[in-house]
Amino acid sequence: MAYSEKVVDHFNNPRNMGSFKKDEDGVGTGIVGAPECGDVMKLQIKVQNDTIVDAKFKTFGCGSAIASSSLATEWLKGKTVEQAQQIKNTDIVQELNLPPVKIHCSVLAEDAIKAALNDYKKKAEETK
Amino acid sequence: MKFPIFLDNHSTTPMDPRVLETMSPYFCEKFGNAASRNHPFGWEAEEAVEAARQQIAKLIHADAKELVFTSGATESDNLAIKGVLEMYKEKGDHIITSATEHRAVLDTAKSLESKKGIKVTYLPVDKYGMVNPEDVRNAITDKTILISIMMANNEIGTINPIKEIGKISKEKGVLFHCDATQGVGKIPVNVQEMGIDLMAFSAHKIYGPKGVGALYVRKKAPRVRLAPIIDGGGHERGMRSGTLPVPLIVGFGKACELCEQEMPTESVKLAALRDRLQDGIMKHLDEAYLNGHPTQRLPHNLNISFAYVEGESLLMGVKEIALSSGSACTSATLEPSYVLRALGVGSDLAHSSIRFGLGRFNTVEEVDYTAKRIIEIVTKLREMSPLYEMAKEGIDLKSVQWSGH
Repeated sequence: MAYSEKVVDHFNNPRNMGSFKKDEDGVGTGIVGAPECGDVMKLQIKVQNDTIVDAKFKTFGCGSAIASSSLATEWLKGKTVEQAQQIKNTDIVQELNLPPVKIHCSVLAEDAIKAALNDYKKKAEETK
Repeated sequence: MKFPIFLDNHSTTPMDPRVLETMSPYFCEKFGNAASRNHPFGWEAEEAVEAARQQIAKLIHADAKELVFTSGATESDNLAIKGVLEMYKEKGDHIITSATEHRAVLDTAKSLESKKGIKVTYLPVDKYGMVNPEDVRNAITDKTILISIMMANNEIGTINPIKEIGKISKEKGVLFHCDATQGVGKIPVNVQEMGIDLMAFSAHKIYGPKGVGALYVRKKAPRVRLAPIIDGGGHERGMRSGTLPVPLIVGFGKACELCEQEMPTESVKLAALRDRLQDGIMKHLDEAYLNGHPTQRLPHNLNISFAYVEGESLLMGVKEIALSSGSACTSATLEPSYVLRALGVGSDLAHSSIRFGLGRFNTVEEVDYTAKRIIEIVTKLREMSPLYEMAKEGIDLKSVQWSGH
């Protein structure tokens, strides 16, 4: 299968690859997928004053899964928590030109975003 | 070094230039139909076909008259299985095969199961991918008319105990078909000693042309009969109608002759290259697991799972090297390799498997380059892998509640 240029670019030069400490203040972590399914995404956001100031990812998965999560971190940075909720998997599909067989990678990225946001909100509630 | 490097020789092989040279007169000059009995064009073609038949028969220790030309191993497998079941349907309706067979055998068996009500036993394999001959013996019933077990597996290279299975088939009087597509030309094959009654193989896996294969059909002790699946002019003793592709057959013959002459040195060279590749990779990477049998495997096969790294992304990282993976993302079915699953390899490691297939034209330089690049990309992707990070933190990945999707 031929990959789109953007997928190849994200794969070769992943943006924001790495990790924050999970217990750090303002950090939300989302881990979705399963090793048996061939992809696991970890997406983390760092929130200050309701704005995502930084984001990081680590992904076990195919090139499209890596690219989807890399792109997600780019998009998350600078967005408010509310704006981040609006990111849709279809936006990722469009941006990366994902073929139908790779749409699940974008779904996983959306799930990872939601999971990270929920984790952040839950932690914020607890510390209130 | 020329890029991309071809290390996918189980899928196909480049044609040997010597094969092409032998074929070339049979397109424009010697273009006759081997079935034309009344003029020199036909005689010339027939002569060439018969000479090739001899070359091919010699490689597998068969009689030239026992070969039926087909379009390839998939057709040969279909002809063997469907042909036997149709011809011997009064004798029984049960066949025995194994879980790690090629799809050409498995899907044929499945289609007969659903369309013709044939009963199929799919034997399990051990953790190395090997069929236990005693399992074959125990699966035979008075309704069994065919055993179909592959010689060597196309993914993991494990070589089955064919001679033992052949012996059981003779004791029990059940026909034995062997898909030897990966074995012929690579390891010594002797249909007499191995007790094989039908055997499928093809030219393009042994540096010959694509589009031609053969089915060995035993002529005596026992004489095997087949119902054709393609009807027509009655070529190939009525078992496979259709004008013979003379240039392809000539190439097939030459390819077999070259394999026969070069196998003793070539298999040693390939095994040495394979071991060099294996050591080069595994000495530098932890949690890299060999799939298949450590010793009973094809000399040119290497299949490794790299824990915490997904196979397709690994292939993407080494685009200048042609390899294949058991990862779901590289298959049409979106399931990880059924062969590795049958060995008991977990889905996670099946997704992480890479198959290296060495061939006649690979060099030490290419092997060393490949080992270096694999180490680089696995290291890079593990840095990127949340699973690797978790494992390093001491988290047991098996205990994690994954969300799935």
